[in-house]
Amino acid sequence: MPLYFELYGVAALLTLAVLAVPASIAAVGRRALYGATLTVCLVALAADAFAMATRFTATAVLPLGLPWIGMNLRLDPLASYFLVVINLGSAAASLYAIGYDRHESAPWRVAPFFPAFLAGMNMVVMAADAFTFLFSWEFMSLASWALVMAHHRERGNAHAGFVYLVMASLGTLCLLLAFGLLAGPEGNYVFDGIRSAHHAPLVLALVIALALVGAGSKAGIVPLHVWLPLAHPAAPSPVSALMSGIMTKVAVYGFIRIVFDLIGDSGWWPGMVVLVFGGVTAVIGVLHALMEHDLKRLLAYHTVENIGIIFIGLGLALAFRANGMTAAAALAVTGALLHVLNHSLFKSLLFFGAGAVLGATGERDMEQLGGLIHRMRGTSALFLVGSIAISALPPLNGFVSEWLTFQAILLSPALPQWGLRIVIPGIGAMLALAAALAAACFVKAFGVTFLGRPRSDAAQNAIETDRASLFVMAALAALCLVIGLLPGLFIDAVAPAAEGLVGGSMPSQSRLAWLTIVPIAESRSSYNGLLVFLFIALSATLAAAVIHRLASNKLRRAPAWDCGFPDPSPMTQYSAGSFAQPIRRVYGTLVFRASEHVHMPRPGDVAPATHEVTLRDLVWEWLYLPVASFVSYGADRLNHLQFLTIRRYLSLVFAALVLLLLVLALWL
Amino acid sequence: MPSMAFDTAHLLAGGLVLVSFVLLYQDRLYGLLNIYAIHAVALSASVAWQAYLQGAPHLYVTAGLALGFKAVIIPVALRRIIERLGIHREIEPVVGISLTMLAGMGLVALAMVVMLKVTTEAAPLAREDLAFALAVVLLGLLMMTTRRNAVSQVVGFMSLENGLILAATGAQGMPLVVEISFAFSILIAFIVIGIFLFRIRERFDTVDLQALHRFRGEAR
Amino acid sequence: MALILDLAVQGLQMLLVLAAAPLLTGMIRRTKARLVRRRGPPLLQPYRDLWRLLRKEAVVAENASWLFRLAPYVMFAATWVAAALVPTFATGLVFSWAADLIAIIALLGTARFFQALAGMDVGTSFGGIGSSREMMIASLAEPAMMMFVFTLALIVGSTQLSTIAALLPSVGLRVSLGLALVALVIVAVAETGRIPVDNPATHLELTMVHEAMVLEYSGRHLALVELATYLKLLLYVSLIACVFVPWGIARDGGGTVPALVGLVLYGAKLVIAGILLAIFETTIAKMRVFRVPEFLGAALMLGLLGTLLRFVSAGF
Repeated sequence: MPLYFELYGVAALLTLAVLAVPASIAAVGRRALYGATLTVCLVALAADAFAMATRFTATAVLPLGLPWIGMNLRLDPLASYFLVVINLGSAAASLYAIGYDRHESAPWRVAPFFPAFLAGMNMVVMAADAFTFLFSWEFMSLASWALVMAHHRERGNAHAGFVYLVMASLGTLCLLLAFGLLAGPEGNYVFDGIRSAHHAPLVLALVIALALVGAGSKAGIVPLHVWLPLAHPAAPSPVSALMSGIMTKVAVYGFIRIVFDLIGDSGWWPGMVVLVFGGVTAVIGVLHALMEHDLKRLLAYHTVENIGIIFIGLGLALAFRANGMTAAAALAVTGALLHVLNHSLFKSLLFFGAGAVLGATGERDMEQLGGLIHRMRGTSALFLVGSIAISALPPLNGFVSEWLTFQAILLSPALPQWGLRIVIPGIGAMLALAAALAAACFVKAFGVTFLGRPRSDAAQNAIETDRASLFVMAALAALCLVIGLLPGLFIDAVAPAAEGLVGGSMPSQSRLAWLTIVPIAESRSSYNGLLVFLFIALSATLAAAVIHRLASNKLRRAPAWDCGFPDPSPMTQYSAGSFAQPIRRVYGTLVFRASEHVHMPRPGDVAPATHEVTLRDLVWEWLYLPVASFVSYGADRLNHLQFLTIRRYLSLVFAALVLLLLVLALWL
Repeated sequence: MPSMAFDTAHLLAGGLVLVSFVLLYQDRLYGLLNIYAIHAVALSASVAWQAYLQGAPHLYVTAGLALGFKAVIIPVALRRIIERLGIHREIEPVVGISLTMLAGMGLVALAMVVMLKVTTEAAPLAREDLAFALAVVLLGLLMMTTRRNAVSQVVGFMSLENGLILAATGAQGMPLVVEISFAFSILIAFIVIGIFLFRIRERFDTVDLQALHRFRGEAR
Repeated sequence: MALILDLAVQGLQMLLVLAAAPLLTGMIRRTKARLVRRRGPPLLQPYRDLWRLLRKEAVVAENASWLFRLAPYVMFAATWVAAALVPTFATGLVFSWAADLIAIIALLGTARFFQALAGMDVGTSFGGIGSSREMMIASLAEPAMMMFVFTLALIVGSTQLSTIAALLPSVGLRVSLGLALVALVIVAVAETGRIPVDNPATHLELTMVHEAMVLEYSGRHLALVELATYLKLLLYVSLIACVFVPWGIARDGGGTVPALVGLVLYGAKLVIAGILLAIFETTIAKMRVFRVPEFLGAALMLGLLGTLLRFVSAGF
């Protein structure tokens, strides 16, 4: 039954996409459209939550697509979990879009593709055969590309769209090859058939590599992440939240489905590969985020970091599962899956906040903002909650998934393989480093944007955003808090999905007293978010009460002390670049070949001094530029084929034919 | 099947291959056209014999078409075009005649090997026919790629078509419709090529490909 | 009845850390002064400072926001909760399973997050200096601390401090423990802002990190911030004591006599730690800011080495 709700939901979304073409001309039509999308997503969310709660599994075959296999769809616990994530984020984005619509400069370019994008994402998760999966994947990519190109006349957006399209095509090609290999010579494209077929180890290795490249490029694994910080900020804010928070999770789902479910047992070394990629991605993502001063690009790079954290959990789960350590694998995969939900929540919240700032001030550059906490009180408070959540600080939800991942790492000395035992401590250090740097990054992001004094007129005259946006941000913040306080409920909700993947699940958390969570056994470690929150609240209240009693409650406003040297100009306060400077000095020379140069004018010269910071993206320089120049070189050489004589063309055809016949003769 | 019938079919198809070789050997344009006419006659004879063997009367029509269009009309028309355009009457091959012949031998061998390997379940007559037909096709392609003169390339193309028709008739059951479309496609291709040759002639006063390449700046 | 007793013990622990923290700082200051042949402030001076600050009027910058006024409470609450969860004189406190060592470190992270934001709030360059340097130091200190936690957890098999304090004495000497101790001491020095990482007594912009962040605070807010700083120092000293010098800590359900013995021994450990810290601070000079990452990087490497050794073999 929930499967049919989902299917009708997808059909409704596609219909809305078509209807949006005429309806998006009027503002009220657009609001109605987003309202309709919101309703559909909420209904689908309810159906999926029901499916998850009842461990519902069903399949359906529609007479569309390839004639001999049809369109196979399947709803199992893993799919319903991801559908909950998708539909929750989609509902939030739809509600936000209702409010954001007034800031949108080309809404008729956004409105038709928005429901199509949502429909594509839902279809990918439900697909149960390779054709449906790839078709929906491409549909999702193209719909999101159209959304990225909505403001194609703005500087840099066309380039972003181009890079996105190239990377998306690369991803689909790799997935196509992976499914081709899995389907085998008989062409068994249905997932059930693939699951039961037996594959040679070399084929499995190739498939895992292709799945990592294909799904990983859409998720944002380093070195395939370069499109994320270009494309996510270029799209309108509700779409940025969807792409960063939800579409990357669809890619994670694709990877999980192929590697955990379709392939089955594949040995321990894929776990190590995924672990290493995850760790490197996490650290590089957050370092890039620290160097950014565009608010949306910073958030996009942060998505890269969190995807790295998710893949660390998945790699651990693969390694544990290959060695039969089911409980540890369940812990690792639960941490990864819970982080999927957590990240979609707080990343959407943060992007909505960034969108609110963009709408209120017209600026994405942090160096032009500041002091917004006075002008946009609601947005700043909610952005603060999102920042605390993403920095993995208790008692919010980011801490829970990181804690689970750390506990999984602490179980890994029991692994027998030496490669894993040497690598995992390093990955643990990288995870801790990424978490600490994430906190630094969000102190910078929140501090420079919202705190301090306004650095421009736009920041000085900002007004609070509309109520719909505030409502949806508050709802997401509340969800972050709820997950942080009651993590046991959500761990139990994830358990059916985890069980399907690794064959076991974490101990049932709801049995434990006081809503604690326990990773393996109570003697090992436990955490109680609710109690921690209560303790902090009680301590703060107690302190406030005591102070109210004993201390003076006088307060006087005065100019800032600033050690006796206050400067009225807001430019003397720390900017994003200056905040990041110590960290840039420590990490930047290695990772970015960062160099700083101060140019002082000669005495008597009235020109200002300039401070230049050069950062090089080594991934771009070492991987993409050589590939691009090689492709250019090859194209130049092949261009000679345009100017051949007729006879030479004929000779080409002839030579091809003779060659094929020779091959035929030799092979048969 | 009486072996005499088999031998006759074999003979006619082989004859077609032989005529293809003769086509390769030609270095004068009128001679080329005459040999092409003989090629078409051989084709029609082979098709007619197939019609008799298979008891398929529609193939007689094909044989008639081949005889009418390709043995008579097209060579005559081409001859007139050559006279009108004043085309250079010598055909210069790219590589020497002997090397071309050797290549031709190799292609026939290849065609035999491939066809006999591929069609192991078919009737022996059909298999041999197909092998010969593929040989004719490859020889036609060879001619196209080793001749500089545009007219000789057109003749090579048409001999290639002859080989395809031989293959079509060798495999039983091909309908007439396809053959008419074959004929028409040749006709249309011929007309287009004719127009093309006219225009080249108008602009450059020659259809010699080497001269044309000089004008394009790509002389060898 | 037992539950009420347990709750009372937990409450006692919380009050104990609150009461002892300023005393520890006072003792360290007096010892440092005596070591350089000054008389130094009285032992109870920090209490007097706090009382004085509480009764003063709070002067707040004109453009400070609600976050500026909220942050001291959050910092204080988070640090107090974290300090209350570290066993001092008895293990097996009734709420010790609510947060393990990782959560305690993360709670300190929360406090630091709010402190850094408070530094950015008024929009002065001093606040920015403090916040950015503090986050840089934290970006290395937290991973080093995590490596320390990993090493302990790999030896004992749990991240719960009570379990660690109970089981570690039976483990004996281990190389990884030694490495972990060095890493923890370095991280403790960095996190509490002692020399050589930061000078707690300075207000020169070139040298201050923690002081820069709280430069704008005054009155009761400053009192809370100072108390939080004292609590953090006490937390780290208690942590070192409970992990590496666990003798005398009363076991769970031991009764009142072992608890009292534990209390006395805890006091002694605090005194010894204070004296050692004072000697350390007096004999060493403060580092340049950009040598601190190397210093902390060494801690991270030592912690990583300890963890790696535990991964490689259980005998290390």
